[in-house]
Amino acid sequence: MLIERKWKKWVYFYLPMAVFIVFTLFPFYWMAVTAFRPDPELYATWRQPNAAPLWTLHPTLEHVKGLLQTTAFPTWLWNTMLIAIVSTIISLICGMFAGYALARLRFRGSEFLGTAIFITYLVPQTLLFIPLADIIRDMQLGNTPWALMLTYPTILIPFCTWLLMGYFKTIPKELEECARIDGATRFGAMVRIIFPVAIPGILSAGIFAFTLSWNEFIYALVFMASADQKTVPVGVVSELIRGDIFFWGQLMAGALLGSVPVALVYSFFVEYYVTGLTGSVKG
Amino acid sequence: MNETLVVNGRRQRVSRLTRLLESEKALAGALLAPGVAILVIFIAYPFVMALWFSLTSIRVGDQGQFVGLANFTKAINDTIFQQAFKNTVFYTFWATIFKLALGMWLALLLNRHFRFKRIVRASMLLPFIIPTVLSAFAWRWMFDPTFSVMNWGLYHAGMITDRLPFLSDGDWAMWCAVAVNTWRGMPFFAITLLAGLQTISPDLHEAAALDGANAWNRFWHVTWPLLLPVTLVVVVFSVIQTFSDFQLIYVLTGGGPANSTHLIATYAYQIGVGSGLLGEGAALSLFMFPVLFAVVWVQLRSLRRMENA
Repeated sequence: MLIERKWKKWVYFYLPMAVFIVFTLFPFYWMAVTAFRPDPELYATWRQPNAAPLWTLHPTLEHVKGLLQTTAFPTWLWNTMLIAIVSTIISLICGMFAGYALARLRFRGSEFLGTAIFITYLVPQTLLFIPLADIIRDMQLGNTPWALMLTYPTILIPFCTWLLMGYFKTIPKELEECARIDGATRFGAMVRIIFPVAIPGILSAGIFAFTLSWNEFIYALVFMASADQKTVPVGVVSELIRGDIFFWGQLMAGALLGSVPVALVYSFFVEYYVTGLTGSVKG
Repeated sequence: MNETLVVNGRRQRVSRLTRLLESEKALAGALLAPGVAILVIFIAYPFVMALWFSLTSIRVGDQGQFVGLANFTKAINDTIFQQAFKNTVFYTFWATIFKLALGMWLALLLNRHFRFKRIVRASMLLPFIIPTVLSAFAWRWMFDPTFSVMNWGLYHAGMITDRLPFLSDGDWAMWCAVAVNTWRGMPFFAITLLAGLQTISPDLHEAAALDGANAWNRFWHVTWPLLLPVTLVVVVFSVIQTFSDFQLIYVLTGGGPANSTHLIATYAYQIGVGSGLLGEGAALSLFMFPVLFAVVWVQLRSLRRMENA
C-alpha cells in the first residue's frame, strides 16, 4: 500500500472533497432554507449588516401552504408522477422486447437496427420539438397526458434497449435451452426464464428512465397548455412567476417539493441507478 | 358440439401464432415492432418534418409555401443567431472541459477508501437527479442581483466591495451558465469515470509506484490511457446534451441580458414557439444537426476501432 503522511491526506483528499461536497450540495441547502424563510428575512439585501442569510431564524410554512392551497401544485405533482410511471413502463416493455431480440435472435439487419436505435438515443429533443408539436396536435393528443406518455419513451427506449441488451448477453444461453428442451416456446422462455433473471437490469433501466422522465422539460413546455395538465418543472416555471415578479419563497418551496419524490426514489435504488447510469453509456 | 369447435378453432389459432413465433425472424419482428414504431412515429417522422418545415414559410395557422433555403440564409445573416451559435460552442466547450477535469478529480477522490463513502457518492449525484429546471431556479436565486447569497458571502469575507453582476452582464451570465452546467453534469462524469477506475487493477499502480513514478505520472501513464475509452463515450454524451441544452438557459437567463446568452435551442424556441414562425424555428434547430452528426460519427468510428483493436 502507498502510505501517506497525515497533512498530505488533508491537503490532497479532505480539503478538495469538502469543497466538492459544498459546491454540490449548497444549492439544495439554499433551496430548503429559502422555502421555509418568512418574507421579511428573505428580502434583506445582501449588504444589510444584520442579515444572516445562511440560516432561517423564524422558519415558516407559509410558502408551502400557499403553494399547496393557492396553486395547482398537487395536480402537477400527480401529473408528473403518472406520466413518469406510465412512460417508464412503456419504455421498459419495449426495451425488454427489443433488447432481447437484438441480444439473442439471429435475423437480417439486426446490427443495423441496433445502431439505428443507438443513434436515436443521440437525437436531442430540441431538434424535434417544433414539428413534433404539430404531429401531437394532428393526433389530437395536445394538452393530454398521452402527449408526454408517448413521446417520453422516445428518449427512454433507446437506452433501455441498449442497457438490457447488454444485460441479456451476460445471461448464459443454457438457461433458455434447458427451458426449450422442457417444451417452452421461445416467447415463453424469454418471459418466464430470462426476464426474471434480468430483474436487476430491468430495475436499473426503470429507475434511470423514471428520473429522466421526471426531469424532462421542453416537450412538456410545448405540448401542455392548460395549468391543470402541466408537470412540476413546467408548472413552476410558468405559473409561479406572476408577471415579472418572482415569489422566491414559493418558488423554492415548489423546487424542493418537486425534487423530493424523485430524490426519494433515487435514494432507495442508488446502486441500481448507478448501474443504469454507467451502463447507459457503454453501448 | 359447437363449443368444442370454437375451442378447437381458438386452440388452432393460438398454436399457429406460437408456431409462427418459434421462427427467429418472426419473433424478432414482433418483439422489435412496438419500440421501433414509437421511434419511427416520434423521432424519424418529426425529423423528416423538421427538414420539410425548414424549407417552407410555415407559421402557426398558416401552411406557408416552399421557400428553398431562405430560412437558412436568413439565420446565417441574423446577428442574434450568430451570437447564439457562438454561445453554444463556447458553452459546450468550456462546460465539457470543466466537467471532465472536475469529474475526473472527483472520481479519483471517490475511488479511495474513506468513511461515509457510500452516502457521499450517493449525494454527489443529486445535481444530476434533481430536475434541472428546479435546481436552475435555486441558482438563479443565488445569483439574484439584490439578494444574492454569494455577494453576501464574498462581501463579508472582504473579497468584494461592490456586488458582482452575475446574471446582469452578458459575459458574466455566460460564465455563470457554464458554471451551473458544470455543477449539473460533473456527477455524471465522476460516477461513470469512477466505474471505469474501479476496473483498473491496483497492482498496476503499485508496480508503477515501485518503479518510482509519482502520483501525477501514475495518473498520466497508467490511469488516463486505461480510462480513455470510457472518457471518450462520456464526453460524446455530454457534448450532445450540452450542445442541445435548453432548460438551463431558459430558466437561468431566458437568453438575456439583451440576447447575450441565447443558445441555438433557446433561440429556436423563441422564434418557433414564441413568435410562431415554425419554418424558421425548425431551420434554426437544424443548425445543431451537422455538429451532432459529426460527434456521433466520431464516436461510432472510434468505438468500432476499439472493438477491432
